[in-house]
Amino acid sequence: MNAGVVRTLAGKLGELALTLFLASVVIFSAVLLTPGDPVAALAGGIRPTPELIEAIRAQHHLDDPVWQQYLHWVGGVLTGDLGTSFVYKTDVAALIAPRIGVTVLLVVYTAVLIAIFGIGSGVLAATRGPKADRAVLIGTSIGMAMPTFVVAILLIWVFARVLGWFPVYGAGDGFADMAYHLTLPAISLAVLYIAFFSRITRGAVVGQLHSEHVDTARVRGIPRSQVFRRHVFLNASPQILAVSGVTVAGLFATSAIAEQAFGIGGLGSLLTEAAARKDLPVVQVISLLLVVVFVVLNAVADIAIAVIDPDSAKPRRNA
Amino acid sequence: MSVAQLAGGRVAAVVRRAATRDPLVIAAVVVVVGVAVMAVFGSALAPYDPNAIYVGPVSAAPSLAHPFGTDDLGRDILSRVLAGTAPSVLGPVIVVLVSSLAGAALGITAAWFGGAVDGIASRLIELIFAIPGLVLAVLAVAMFGKGLLAPTLALAIAYIPIVARLIRAGARQELGRPYMAALRIQGVGSAAICFRHLVPALLPALFAQTTIGFGYAMLDLAAISFLGLGAQPPASDWGVMIAGGQPALIAGAPEQSMFPALFVVLTVLAVNVLGARVTTWAEGGER
Repeated sequence: MNAGVVRTLAGKLGELALTLFLASVVIFSAVLLTPGDPVAALAGGIRPTPELIEAIRAQHHLDDPVWQQYLHWVGGVLTGDLGTSFVYKTDVAALIAPRIGVTVLLVVYTAVLIAIFGIGSGVLAATRGPKADRAVLIGTSIGMAMPTFVVAILLIWVFARVLGWFPVYGAGDGFADMAYHLTLPAISLAVLYIAFFSRITRGAVVGQLHSEHVDTARVRGIPRSQVFRRHVFLNASPQILAVSGVTVAGLFATSAIAEQAFGIGGLGSLLTEAAARKDLPVVQVISLLLVVVFVVLNAVADIAIAVIDPDSAKPRRNA
Repeated sequence: MSVAQLAGGRVAAVVRRAATRDPLVIAAVVVVVGVAVMAVFGSALAPYDPNAIYVGPVSAAPSLAHPFGTDDLGRDILSRVLAGTAPSVLGPVIVVLVSSLAGAALGITAAWFGGAVDGIASRLIELIFAIPGLVLAVLAVAMFGKGLLAPTLALAIAYIPIVARLIRAGARQELGRPYMAALRIQGVGSAAICFRHLVPALLPALFAQTTIGFGYAMLDLAAISFLGLGAQPPASDWGVMIAGGQPALIAGAPEQSMFPALFVVLTVLAVNVLGARVTTWAEGGER
């Protein structure tokens, strides 16, 4: 690692900490910004008894100054005490823990589909002549207008009614059965992003194909496949990585839609259900978790780019 | 000629050229105008009361009496799609209007003053960017209850950084050009430079981003309604209709979900096609 990479790393970590701090303040303030009494906001959609009101006041330190309330909340989250859901009458941690696995599996499955088909079709469009390019362009134009919920209902219709190859409800048990159950949800999440990654990849690869260093490599008689791997694709990869962090992190949020459509009990469906029942303690913790994932994955992508292309880490005049 | 007139002349030329070269753009314009007409006159054009149940048989296939068929409560799907256009389109319009205005103001302020102001503005942009739009919308629902207003405003805030980043970069570039220095030397006031020269120069890029943003906002808001957190049944919002049609879909009657889904996809597709063309025009180049 050279100095540029280290500087990027240090700068990124500082930005990361500051952004996380500010985001946690915003999410914490949701209790204060909710119309009405904070006790009612924390109790959620239920009508609290006098004993419960006392319990909520004590647990959230509502008699202390606001900044101390924040420190109690954030300190609790950092030490694994995620608070209590008064709607579900249980610890938030106990609600979240069993649901994380299925959502992570769904997101990873989706990311693999996006990497294979999105990047693959982008490379095809860039390298296999105008016909392939045109075909991929039409396909991606349609794909970019196909949101998760539309792909989901198309898949449910085709597979529940017509073909019946895949289950259309539930998450299954055990790894293989879960992967089988999660195939349709993963496809429904992936379609829009496959189109997006295809476009990004095509643009990046075409940009490299027309560059002098690639012509030079070809003229030197380096085999085509090696030119592509080491000169074209490697140089195109920072542009693809630049959108990867945002995409994978975004999948954790949008997985709520696939989970809802296919009846999967993951983190996203819990978030949706908790929001519908105005269960603020649960929604706050999941929101914070999603923001942490978002910020960390973005930073990882930035660091990966700095490692591949140290030039990008140098200070730019117009950055 | 002012910059605005020049831009106006270019719009007409681009429209003419696009129409002769690219039938896709014509199709997109037809869809967008059609959806706009549906949004304004949809309820009046609906052949049946969109919420009246058992106006026909339950989950019927398309027929002359019911061109899009009927849903699981015997409501006319065509009438519901027509009446649902306005709420499905209004939300995204509010999102792009608010986020474009606020984002442009933030981006221009950051670029204009630079230094500490730019630092604070950029930090603010990063902060909002770190909270995904869907998450902010769901948080808003947990705070204010189900309905479209809170998620719409939350998405408007979530879309601000995209516009602000674009405008900040564009404004910095524009402010560095020689004609800006020339205007200053001639003694032109700051307000005049900002609103008569800088803002018009940034409008094409802003317009392109607004067009693209509309498509994303429509998908996000339909997703919120699909999740059951936005518009509530029996409202005929497209997202609500798609979700409500899922049992009928599994039972073998896809019309209830498919027709509103088709309209969401067509609208977003048309807006995306226009957005791509507007972006090409804003960048001042040919494809």
